[in-house]
Amino acid sequence: MSITQNTPRRWGRWLALPALALASTLSHAAVPPTSEVNTTGLAVTDTTVKVGILHSITGTMAISETGSVQAEKLAIEQINAAGGVLGRQIEYIQEDGASDWPTFAEKSRKLLINDKVAAVFGCWTSASRKAVLPIFEQYNGMLYYPTFYEGLEQSPNVIYTGQEATQQIIAGIDWVVREKGAESFYLLGSDYIWPRTSNKIARAHIESLGLEVVGEDYYPLGHTQFNSVINRIRLKKPDVIYAIVVGGSNVAFYRQLQAAGFDLTQESPLLLTISVTEDEILGIGGQNIEGAYAAMKYFQSLDNPNNEAFVEAFKERWGDDIVIGDVTQAAYLGPWLWKAAVEKAGSFDIDKIREASPGIELTTAPEGYVRIHENHHLWSKTRVGRAMDNGQYEVVFETDELMEPDPFPEM
Amino acid sequence: MFADYSAAELTSIFAMQGFAGLSLFSVFVLMALGLAIIFGQMGVINMAHGEFMILGAYVTWLTSGFFSSHLPGLFAAYFPVAILLAFLASALLGGAVEWLLIRHLYKRPLDTLLATWGLSLILQQAYRSIFGAREVGVRMPDWMMGSYAITDMIEVPINGLFVMGISLLTALGVYLLMYRSTWGRKVRAVVQNRPMAGAVGINTQQVDRVTFALGCGIAGIAGSAFTMIGSTGPTAGQLYIVDTFLVVVFGGAQSLLGTIASAFTISQAQSTMEFFLSGSMAKVYTLLVVVGILMVRPQGLFASRIRH
Amino acid sequence: MTALRNLFSGREVLYFLLLAVLLVVVLPLALDAFRLNLTGKYLTFAFVALGLVLCWGYGGVLSLGQGVFFGLGGYCMAMFLKLEASDMASTARQTTPGIPDFMDWNQVTELPWFWEPFHSLTFTLLAVLVVPAVFAFVIGFAMFKRRVGGVYFAIITQAIATILTILIIGQQGYTGGANGMTDLRTLLGWDIRTDDAKQILYFLCVFLLLLCLVLAHLILRSKFGRILVAMRDREDRVRFSGYDVSGFKIFVFCLAGVFSAIGGAMFTLQVGFMSPSFVGIVPSIEMVIFCAVGGRLSLLGAVYGALIVNLAKTSFSESFPELWLYAMGALFIAVVLAFPNGLAGLYSRYLEPLLDRGWANVRSRAVAVPPAQEKTS
Repeated sequence: MSITQNTPRRWGRWLALPALALASTLSHAAVPPTSEVNTTGLAVTDTTVKVGILHSITGTMAISETGSVQAEKLAIEQINAAGGVLGRQIEYIQEDGASDWPTFAEKSRKLLINDKVAAVFGCWTSASRKAVLPIFEQYNGMLYYPTFYEGLEQSPNVIYTGQEATQQIIAGIDWVVREKGAESFYLLGSDYIWPRTSNKIARAHIESLGLEVVGEDYYPLGHTQFNSVINRIRLKKPDVIYAIVVGGSNVAFYRQLQAAGFDLTQESPLLLTISVTEDEILGIGGQNIEGAYAAMKYFQSLDNPNNEAFVEAFKERWGDDIVIGDVTQAAYLGPWLWKAAVEKAGSFDIDKIREASPGIELTTAPEGYVRIHENHHLWSKTRVGRAMDNGQYEVVFETDELMEPDPFPEM
Repeated sequence: MFADYSAAELTSIFAMQGFAGLSLFSVFVLMALGLAIIFGQMGVINMAHGEFMILGAYVTWLTSGFFSSHLPGLFAAYFPVAILLAFLASALLGGAVEWLLIRHLYKRPLDTLLATWGLSLILQQAYRSIFGAREVGVRMPDWMMGSYAITDMIEVPINGLFVMGISLLTALGVYLLMYRSTWGRKVRAVVQNRPMAGAVGINTQQVDRVTFALGCGIAGIAGSAFTMIGSTGPTAGQLYIVDTFLVVVFGGAQSLLGTIASAFTISQAQSTMEFFLSGSMAKVYTLLVVVGILMVRPQGLFASRIRH
Repeated sequence: MTALRNLFSGREVLYFLLLAVLLVVVLPLALDAFRLNLTGKYLTFAFVALGLVLCWGYGGVLSLGQGVFFGLGGYCMAMFLKLEASDMASTARQTTPGIPDFMDWNQVTELPWFWEPFHSLTFTLLAVLVVPAVFAFVIGFAMFKRRVGGVYFAIITQAIATILTILIIGQQGYTGGANGMTDLRTLLGWDIRTDDAKQILYFLCVFLLLLCLVLAHLILRSKFGRILVAMRDREDRVRFSGYDVSGFKIFVFCLAGVFSAIGGAMFTLQVGFMSPSFVGIVPSIEMVIFCAVGGRLSLLGAVYGALIVNLAKTSFSESFPELWLYAMGALFIAVVLAFPNGLAGLYSRYLEPLLDRGWANVRSRAVAVPPAQEKTS
């Protein structure tokens, strides 16, 4: 699966979008009747289909979820411009989860029961996903979940468009071991399920390579004082600081690390993270994190025509100063994957989409190419990026193969 | 846990750890001073204290943006300007809030708590509307980055020193104002006996407003200093509020010296425990000990009396 | 009969019945299953507000940590439901089948000892009431015996809420961490996720709420209630009269804690999960505002306050999510500055006199022209 080989075709397809839009409005007769494509009473008419967008626009999580909302809206607009899905224009109903998990549950109920949306793009934190999951299963909805997360889940009613932990972690650790000769690791994280589970996977992998974990620490969400742990790191002298710090703590951690005399560009110790996307660097400040490495599937600086077009469209729609992180890109995939599934199934019915989803591939993805696995996660490549002063990552490594998602790793 | 390390390593680590405790101490002092004035002297519970801090942080962010685009030559020196502006902005807002809100509530301390909580919600949303939901990163001048290497192992963060300097100056300033100036005498007079203070010709309303504004202004300075070590976002202020109140209450609300002593105790305890225990539990134990001591000794470390 | 009349004035009975009719008849008829379930969720906060009327409005003790008790009640219930949902069949995939999924993820291989008793529903129900009561007693005893009150008490309860939140999130192998306990399915084999079950749970919630209302009313009407008010206004005098002030405060704080815990347990049942986001400071202060909006001196007001604020929150945040925080903030300020006794205060000050006059008119006319009465009735 070489990227360059496919490039011209995909590029052409992108340019052809407006033409397609025109074609589809002309050939209205080809639109299949609603009674055929919607047998379960979803909000589908002859010309429109309703979907839901469910993210926090208020509260502490609004910081993170804004990008996802923007990406999903952009994808929907582009799909509409290209003629919609099965000849129907997508209309979205946006609900605010308000960074509050019961509100997420409440709003997802509303979207599924009252609005009868054909799909929901949303959630960010694991807690919000866990809160809505029983509702999606009970009322048979379909959720496209964009965040990289801890795994340990596989629901027939969710398509996970971000990476699960093993995809992110194993390639990154293998890379520092191979390229940088790392032998000892200090694991650090915010205190909740994703960092803890991820570090568990990381520890198992590190120890299976015969290498050493010299320390493991967790701090409450929102913690802003890291001097003590920085001293511990100094004492333990690890080759790699493996940091999964999130949210406001990030800023404090990297600033204090920098101020304590750890120049990350010296790479001794080297810092590897899976939690800092370009979005987070905005808050941390490029100068404080320059030289750190991140392992994830997407960086804004990825050099391929899909991504060029995506970044350009995104900036045109949402402003020039905007940055695009891993989750934003994954959120952008949601509507496109749904569209592909609906078209493959020839129906909006959730059961048929579920059946059609595995094996669906997206050659137009900004990250290159993705395919849906039987377990509803995506096959995707993992990249390692090096943070630069300007807040972007320079991609220094990319796996040759697509990483297989493995949400229930043996540990 | 220390068996594997040489004596030299251990000494340096303890030195560094001591410094970590000191910088946490200066953070606590900065956070708590403004509140100690407002809560300790006026009895007003300002739940929006964190939001006044964040206002200072945003002002610092704006100033750094202004300097880097309009006065790039002076960027190295923008920070003192930013601190001054942060103080003014927060103090002005504080004065306005006192006039609109607080002065109606002096007799109902618990109600100031609710009203200022409402205020904090409004301010958070205002920040979100004005500055966006994302966090902003304040760019530091180069000289404030990095550290002094005293020995191979001991490195002292420059921004940590800077925060310490600011809190020292602020504490000194507050001390002079409260205990060595006419105005401070008026404030203390009003605190001790409002009607009598009024009777001898002190304009108590004005004293209240200026005191409140001063407390908020100090919160602004704190926020400005914290851009060096923490994050600036619409809801970042809430991270500090519980810690801050505990420091003030633990110190004995009406004693500035008590506030400083309590900031010292709590910061040293927390930073030592963080070194030996995992972070989350260190926080839990510190809070538990503080709450436990407050239950046994509700008047705090230094207190003349408590009001119910 | 006269004893009863002393306890319930005619008007109080009328208002109580109005609320009961609203909750039992009007809302279930007017709302679809989804909205009714939402209402049920709001009502669980009314339990907390009710407790706050007692301990803040009458006892003068403002707790900013009622989320702690709400959470304790909710978690007790959730532990029982989680154990039931973690039977061998549905957890067969785990390394250790038969324990909750989050324990398995965290390498806990055996059910912790304090989880064991939650296999029993009887124990769970007792725990919902007893655990928060004991917890409240310990806090109350330590603080009120030393005459800590007012602002200090508020701040310390806040710190306790913070501690508990960090603990729950940090000890995720035993508590489910930040995600909370999710995917709760059945209660003794009865599926609580269906619309029918939700309806039944709604009525159960209403029933318990009305019960708590009556209980709280009786307490306020008793001598105890009068001492409470006296204490709030002149604590020293009550103490000088020989009463053990701290004992009364401890009792009322415990009672408020138990009410909150019942609300928490009903929340878990109706919403299907429990998470640490209800334990912290933010939800605790929000619960105070429900009470303040309704009127801190009015038991019925607390119920209306919880209903109205939450209704406003839901509908406001559906249509103008960005304005919601402004509205909520303004509400806090308005309720403190403009109408400190909340809706109940507004009602008794403006609406009630009008109604009285109207009522008096109708009555006098009825007396003067007897046939008119037949027409109107």
